[in-house]
Amino acid sequence: MSQATAGNVPHSRFATVQYLTCLKGILVREGLRYLNQRERFVSSLVRPLLWLFIFAAGFRQVLGVSIIPPYQTYVLYEVYITPGLCGMILLFSGMQSSLSMVYDREMGNMRTLLVSPFPRWFLLVSKLLAGVAVSIIQVYAFLFVAWLWDVKAPVQGYFLILPALFLSGMMLGALGMLLSSLVKQLENFAGIMNFVIFPMYFASSALYPLWRVQESSPLLYKICLLNPFSYAVELIRFAFYGQIEWLSLAVVCSFIVLFIAGAIIAYDPSRGIVVKKQEGGNT
Amino acid sequence: MVTNAGLKDIPGTPLPETDVPALELVSVSYSYGKRQALDDVTFSIAPGTFAVLLGLNGAGKTTLFSLISHLYATRHGHIHVFGHDIDRRPGNALRRLGIVFQARTLDLDLSIYQNLSYHASLHGIGKRDADRRIHEFMQSIDMSDRLHEKTRSLSGGQIRRVEIIRALIHRPSLLLLDEATVGLDIKSRATILADIRKLVQEKNISVLWATHLIDEVGHADQIIVLNQGRLVANGPVGEVVKDAGAQTINEAFSRLTGVLALDTGRQF
Repeated sequence: MSQATAGNVPHSRFATVQYLTCLKGILVREGLRYLNQRERFVSSLVRPLLWLFIFAAGFRQVLGVSIIPPYQTYVLYEVYITPGLCGMILLFSGMQSSLSMVYDREMGNMRTLLVSPFPRWFLLVSKLLAGVAVSIIQVYAFLFVAWLWDVKAPVQGYFLILPALFLSGMMLGALGMLLSSLVKQLENFAGIMNFVIFPMYFASSALYPLWRVQESSPLLYKICLLNPFSYAVELIRFAFYGQIEWLSLAVVCSFIVLFIAGAIIAYDPSRGIVVKKQEGGNT
Repeated sequence: MVTNAGLKDIPGTPLPETDVPALELVSVSYSYGKRQALDDVTFSIAPGTFAVLLGLNGAGKTTLFSLISHLYATRHGHIHVFGHDIDRRPGNALRRLGIVFQARTLDLDLSIYQNLSYHASLHGIGKRDADRRIHEFMQSIDMSDRLHEKTRSLSGGQIRRVEIIRALIHRPSLLLLDEATVGLDIKSRATILADIRKLVQEKNISVLWATHLIDEVGHADQIIVLNQGRLVANGPVGEVVKDAGAQTINEAFSRLTGVLALDTGRQF
């Protein structure tokens, strides 16, 4: 063992290039982990494709979609739910990242990240960005298969959705990060599935337009309006057609700030709830 | 007793590292709810010292490490690493710390190189510099040829040695090792301990070595004994044995903790 000498560390702060090095390292690690978990990629692709090929095909005749913005003509149900399925991938991916954070915490890998001398907020945001990058790749893989299935959007839409996917991914990833701080053990994560993912997905505009929900259940309609996932789906839907849904943009951005702030506080050793979860742990 | 209580951390004017303790704890307490894990712990470690933190399981060693490494916030008391307050200036303090946790923290699905490279990036070390350091360190433990193997393929002792290398890549001034030899065979334990002692001698790195194994204590070490969250002894081995009115470190440890330890007959 060599090269280490005491007291030779400069007092200056990290330079921008060092921040970028750190960010790159976190991105690369997340990418490598993803490549090592091929089943994760397959399942992330199979889930929305099942909805598209089976659910949407079956419900095409049952659920008629009238002409609502951003659509200027009648669209097939498959086309309608495609933005919702993009949102579904981001939602599951965000929760998957959350799951991996709980796993990392249990296995100790998370400590490696948290004892880095970079600011805690920077480390968490970097990890969030890495997770979002991976989930966006999953969305494009899904859209490619959907395109082969003749479920197509305007060509420019595939580029224009990128910012919407990024923002929606950030919001859902930050929610996952916040939730990971609340989950003490990996086994408890099933609760997240039942209490977060499914309600968020079904009580949204992902599967059916909100005007239809309002007709059948005013209460559910109000719940859908309170669900940030609805706004993420609408942001993506409008982006496909080169439009910005300003309310959705504002809501998604607000929740990004809210969830990230919550996650940073949760992982802050002086204020966070992660430390409190250690009660009864090692001494 | 080796103490330096009362050293003040003045923001913006870091103290010269040669004149300040490598590690200083002043009246540190910590509790998990109503259970007191650490109670008013005060001690310091001089630069270039090999200090052994000795305590039974549950004595508070891991909590102490979590506080020093800023995983937990110090709610009562102060912790300084080379004069930098861990809670007020965590970045400055963490830069000087190399940490080997009790639990394995390498990602088993990544290669050794990927693990080490990831750690280097977490300290802002660029690829070229990181690669050079990784190769040098891997050569020093004769494992260069295994650099690109999956970490999963290594033995427990090899994983520990890679973890120690990882903790050294950013050239820390203080190395913390929490039960680093737990679960290893005698040969691996001896190798790791010898490596770390060599590091202290050659590079003047300070080491805080937490263990519950008395036979890992050396003649010239500083020992800090924790018992049920309280500091019950701190100083050179000989002094601690003498103060406890004992003949051997085992006997001293038994008296200090109230637990019968196997006497290996080592005298200090």
